[in-house]
Amino acid sequence: MDIASDSWYFSSMLTPTPPVTDHDDELVDLISERALFARLETVRLISIAKTGHYASGFSCAEILATLYYGVMRLRKGEPDWPDRDRFLFGKGHAAATLYPLLADWGFFDPAELDEYTRLGNAFGDHPDMTRIPGIDFSSGSLGHALSTGTGIALGTRLQGRPSNVFVLLGDGELHEGQIWEAALGAAHHDVANLIAIVDRNDHSLDGRIDTVTNIEPLGDKWRAFGWDAHEVDGHDVRALLATFRAIVEDPERTRPAVIIANTVKGKGISYMESEFGWHLGWLAEQDEINAIEELRNNR
Amino acid sequence: MSVAPGLQAESWHLLTLIERAPGFHILADTLADLVDEGHPIVAGTADLKYSNGLVAFQERHPDRYVQFGISEQHMVSTAAGLATTGLQPYVATFASFMAYLACEQIRTDIAYTKQPVRLIGHHAGITLGFYGTSHHATEDLAITRSIPGLTVIAPADTAQLGAALRAAVDHPAPIYFRIGRGQDPDVYADGTHPFTIGTAIEHGTGTDLTIIATGSMVHPALEAAQALNSGGISTGVVDMHTVKPLDAEAVARAAQRSRIVLTVEEHNVIGGLGGAVAEVVAEYGYGTRVVRHGVKDEYALIGPPTHLYRHYKLDAAGIEEVARTAVGS
Repeated sequence: MDIASDSWYFSSMLTPTPPVTDHDDELVDLISERALFARLETVRLISIAKTGHYASGFSCAEILATLYYGVMRLRKGEPDWPDRDRFLFGKGHAAATLYPLLADWGFFDPAELDEYTRLGNAFGDHPDMTRIPGIDFSSGSLGHALSTGTGIALGTRLQGRPSNVFVLLGDGELHEGQIWEAALGAAHHDVANLIAIVDRNDHSLDGRIDTVTNIEPLGDKWRAFGWDAHEVDGHDVRALLATFRAIVEDPERTRPAVIIANTVKGKGISYMESEFGWHLGWLAEQDEINAIEELRNNR
Repeated sequence: MSVAPGLQAESWHLLTLIERAPGFHILADTLADLVDEGHPIVAGTADLKYSNGLVAFQERHPDRYVQFGISEQHMVSTAAGLATTGLQPYVATFASFMAYLACEQIRTDIAYTKQPVRLIGHHAGITLGFYGTSHHATEDLAITRSIPGLTVIAPADTAQLGAALRAAVDHPAPIYFRIGRGQDPDVYADGTHPFTIGTAIEHGTGTDLTIIATGSMVHPALEAAQALNSGGISTGVVDMHTVKPLDAEAVARAAQRSRIVLTVEEHNVIGGLGGAVAEVVAEYGYGTRVVRHGVKDEYALIGPPTHLYRHYKLDAAGIEEVARTAVGS
């Protein structure tokens, strides 16, 4: 079954930039459509690998699409533009949901994804900055990205660049001690161009976060560490846009900010939403067809 | 320097430590000079600026200095991020915390991604004496040497550290600098030995014995060689300041020239300089006997550093004794 086609990619449509619009209703529609695109491509890529992190990608599809089509300063086809905003994927295991968006920005040929995870291919389960244009830092080992993001934010600030650095963290990732080292350090150095997003889908590999190791009260923790903390429905594109804008358009901001995005792991596929075992999995052919249909119907 | 009115002249406090460690003056001064010369250097440490002397760098270039607090893993990862923006970060902490606590960050965030970060592991080996095993670093060469893409340099003295820092400015790879407590006796104060990363410095030649030493062991090795030569044992010394990439040609020359190759390092005999030299000699098939001298796969005792060097035969007399045994005289 042909579940993908190149026409999904804006980059193949000869548009000078992705069609970002200032009209909010159109923008929200666009972002929602790109979130569906990211989910469908995730299904396609995992069908190549025959194993992957569907549910982790589905929980942050709207967050990624909002950042890449409504928030970040990027230039089409220029993944190394020094003044760009940066994105770091703390929960790098969901990279299959990000790759299609990077291809969409013209950072590489979407056809390269057709060999996802094949021997020697650049595109694996975790993102590799040394091989993939548009990956601002490699990840895979949880807990590093808030520190590497702090470094990028400090470096761009020191050089007078306007870049914001967005770091998407898993909620399970917050178990890592280095996250809290970075939380202290970024607040101490007033790294206001650092914006963390916690994809609070309430699950890690072994089950519900509150049964594995409790992280609540999460907003209070970040605020106690000196961050501005916001909470939002991580699937509500309009709310995400408003929250991101309130932060990046605030000329008075002096502190790093965190957005706690409440999400549903596996969002868009009913049986994945209710079963944490879908953290890692694979869909056989008919199930994949059904999944695609459900994703399309749920948009 | 007066410590406080009414105290004895011999009393001292933390800040006077730096006065007694020229190796740390050269670290801060060289980095600050490089900033003056236009290099995009950023330096930071994890709450040890008085121990490694970077306080002097901070005074000269406060905008290029980052205090990370006691967060070594965060420091190393942050340095990786800084490097991606075109800056050249130098981060320093005790060698034990650098190589053990931040090992994964070094390997995955810096070496794999090829970021030109300079890691300064100071007070390496057993220089922290009675501070104990948590502060001893006698496996750091083995760890860092096995990380692909990471250059490993152990300067012998203050002058060589300064030269190595300058030689490293345009080095395209990340570097682990293994340095001692900034009080190593001078070997190269006369400035007659140029420093090139990856090129060992050969001091004389010996048909009986070549001692290959690194870092703090170069000075006592040279003293031992002098005594051995005086006693009729033909001995040369190789300063293997760059442990990786190893100067295999210098090792080959030693193995062809001498009956015995003796490696000396303030480090476990497993995996460090001795391991690296033995690998080369074995693979070339020279058949030359390699004797590895250092800490014998154990955790060092506590004690004052000079006492520990004597105990582990890592002073000149000890090295001479080990060498005599090795050559059978």
